Amino acid sequence: MPVLARWIEAAGIPTVVVTVMPAVAEDRRAPRIVGVEFPFGHAFGMPGDKTMQRRVLELALQVLAGSGAFGTRVDVDIEWPVPLRDAYKAWQPKVASPIVRKLLTSLPPR
Amino acid sequence: MIVDSYRFLPRSFRPLYEGRGPFPGEEAPVWAPFEKRLAGARIALLTSAGLYVRSTQPSFDLDREQSHPEWGDPSWRSIPAGADVADIGVAHLHINDEDIKADPEIALPARLLQQLVDERAVGSATAEHLSVMGYQERSLDGWRNETLPELIAKLRDQQADGLVLAPA
Repeated sequence: MPVLARWIEAAGIPTVVVTVMPAVAEDRRAPRIVGVEFPFGHAFGMPGDKTMQRRVLELALQVLAGSGAFGTRVDVDIEWPVPLRDAYKAWQPKVASPIVRKLLTSLPPR
Repeated sequence: MIVDSYRFLPRSFRPLYEGRGPFPGEEAPVWAPFEKRLAGARIALLTSAGLYVRSTQPSFDLDREQSHPEWGDPSWRSIPAGADVADIGVAHLHINDEDIKADPEIALPARLLQQLVDERAVGSATAEHLSVMGYQERSLDGWRNETLPELIAKLRDQQADGLVLAPA
């Protein structure tokens, strides 16, 4: 996704990436980044929590419109309101993805 | 507060992401200045959660991904800004999609963006937003060669002044 932002930015359209892995977006050289410490699949926050979603989108728009230089990163100061152990399990698919199943079956037996 | 990028990632996955650096050929800065005031700008959204409109669009091709695990559907969907929540489908095998189905705004906040337009904080929103499925084969050739030119054409056609992208 950061590389998609780069390609679209190179076509002349300013971009901001809202991501749970801002360090990776920096590594991938995204032009503008907003980091959120949320589980995967929840870039704008908790379902139904309009206040949280609005804080993230408003910051994203500020970073999009007001960043002065390539590589600007601003992180959102919101703690995920679900205990880590529960949230860690909750975002993952109930059935492992095909590539994960393939990787697991290719591991040598212990 | 600095976000921990790996807080919710299984420990065994971390080396797949951490410290990998830029893709080859993607090292240099790219920059398009945001020239307008936000209150006079048109904004588009792009999600990689694999959203699609169930009544009018095919799903992303998950059957092929099941049989070819290194492959991910590189196509894209146009999501009307006012699409009915109940009509939004999610096609992504790498996340639990229950929360996105319950509230697609956590991936594509089209209604919230429209609210900011109504409040005159943002000039306007594009009539259609964009959706891709984020799991892609490593070369990214499908995105680069087929999807990207169409996404850019769509954004230009809608006169988008800026794009907010959210990986799933």
